[in-house]
Amino acid sequence: MKIGIVCPYAWDVPGGVSAHIRDQAETLIEMGHDVSVITPVENPDSLPPYAVDGGRPRSVPYNGSVARLTFGVKATARVRRWIREGEFDVLHVHEPLAPSLGVLACWSARGPMVATVHSSIERSRVLVTGYYLAQTALEKISALVAVSEHARRTIVDHLGGDAVLIPNGVRVDHYQDAPPLREWPGPAIGFLGRMDEPRKGLPILLEAFAGIRARVPDAVLVLIGPGDPDEVLAEVPAALRSGIVVLGRLDEADKARALASLSVYVAPNTGGESFGIVLLEAMAAGAPVVASDLDAFARVLDEGRCGALFPVGDSAALEATVVELLGNDEERSRLVAAGARRVAAYDWRTVAGDLIDVYASVTAGQSRVREDLRGQIVGRLARRRTADGGAQ
Amino acid sequence: MGAWWWVVGALVVLVAVGLYLSMTAGRLDRLHRRIDTSLHALDTQLLRRSALALDMAASGVFDPATAVVLADSAHGARAASDNDVVSRGLAESDLTRVLLEAIPDVQEADELREAAPDPTMLDDLRGTCVRVQLSRRFHNDAVRACRQVRKQRLVRWFRLAGHTPWPDTVEMDDTPPPGLTAR
Repeated sequence: MKIGIVCPYAWDVPGGVSAHIRDQAETLIEMGHDVSVITPVENPDSLPPYAVDGGRPRSVPYNGSVARLTFGVKATARVRRWIREGEFDVLHVHEPLAPSLGVLACWSARGPMVATVHSSIERSRVLVTGYYLAQTALEKISALVAVSEHARRTIVDHLGGDAVLIPNGVRVDHYQDAPPLREWPGPAIGFLGRMDEPRKGLPILLEAFAGIRARVPDAVLVLIGPGDPDEVLAEVPAALRSGIVVLGRLDEADKARALASLSVYVAPNTGGESFGIVLLEAMAAGAPVVASDLDAFARVLDEGRCGALFPVGDSAALEATVVELLGNDEERSRLVAAGARRVAAYDWRTVAGDLIDVYASVTAGQSRVREDLRGQIVGRLARRRTADGGAQ
Repeated sequence: MGAWWWVVGALVVLVAVGLYLSMTAGRLDRLHRRIDTSLHALDTQLLRRSALALDMAASGVFDPATAVVLADSAHGARAASDNDVVSRGLAESDLTRVLLEAIPDVQEADELREAAPDPTMLDDLRGTCVRVQLSRRFHNDAVRACRQVRKQRLVRWFRLAGHTPWPDTVEMDDTPPPGLTAR
């Protein structure tokens, strides 16, 4: 199947949506499909062979923060040419509501179209002002997909349609065979996430770690992720500091190896998580998971059957859970086995199979994706010119 | 002088209303087209499903009793493919119910997979059942979006929908056999 994928955010700026699209494209290619991605990009040389440059992203204030989006006459022309020359069986647009390449693609194409909504939009102001525009773009889409229950609710509440729930995927094969990054001197407890972002909950883990070290003296705390750790670690006494290793930001392969080296992975987040992809990555790498009992985490951990849960923000409970788990090898291997089974449902190969089912049900007996020239003065002129050229 | 302004004002209003009507007509046209294609897609998947069911009934993987019931409901579904939307929905729901009974759980599905002359047969059936469910959902979504526009007052007053009949949702039981979809 020939699949065209539209990415709204810059390819070379790390982000959840672009990582999702990269995994999706690579998995579909491995399955033997013909995939092309059009995306905004800062440095076109960094693009993989299956991706096409959709233009430079511009920083604009949008929906309460600064977003890096691509739009304008040039970008529209590039999207149109990509659609015209791509001859796709199906067009897959990500974040159709973001004012970037996605919306341009919706306007420029007709035929079988699928769209995935990632974010849950709480601020309906954007949707109200852009309601008519959003509606006319969305009305062309034959199938809407949501990556989480949260995102699905956005669609149901604000747009009055429904969406198929297809969760985020994990490239399980990249994680399960990862060799451990390092031998640690004792049981390693891992944290992954922005260190200076309070909602990721590092202070709670640090508080618990003091107690854990008192009972398991050779325990090591491994911190992975971007952000400046100095401010958080300033409060930590020097004796404890020697048990903390800061790995900083790691690339995908090293992240997998670091997770594989852990005795326990802890997710002490206090909120703002809609899915919990990191938990799945840890489970895929074979690390037992301890997580705060946020709704999203409880769902991923199957209500505690595939990982231990503790009350949000309760460092004493976290300490007790980790200490108990470190002393119980049997329970740890049980959690690892349960995690491996759990993560299979989120494996990109499974998720991509679900997507293919969606593609197949919108493309059955349909013609390919074509450029849409209706309703646009420029498009009409272009069509007339090609019609004249054909007559001569 | 004042009268001229009235004429200009009226013209502006007329042009604005005209533009709005033309845009809405375009929108309706798109929605009607989407309904046509989604119905066509659903039709394709339903026909594929009953064809697969007939193949399986004839292949000898099922016991004779199951095979007869399955073939009967699959024939019924095919015969109803040109009927109105309600009676077709009933016939297709019958086939769904027979499939649910024929492949009730994962063990049964595994045994059938071993017995089948072509092991991909069950995977094809799984895929088609899932796609029937998806196509129907997408079709009913398109119908709902179209009805929303057609209910608008201006659309009714100016008969923007023309002679296109009021769109119908497709109602049927489309649950895929759990033996096939369980992971």
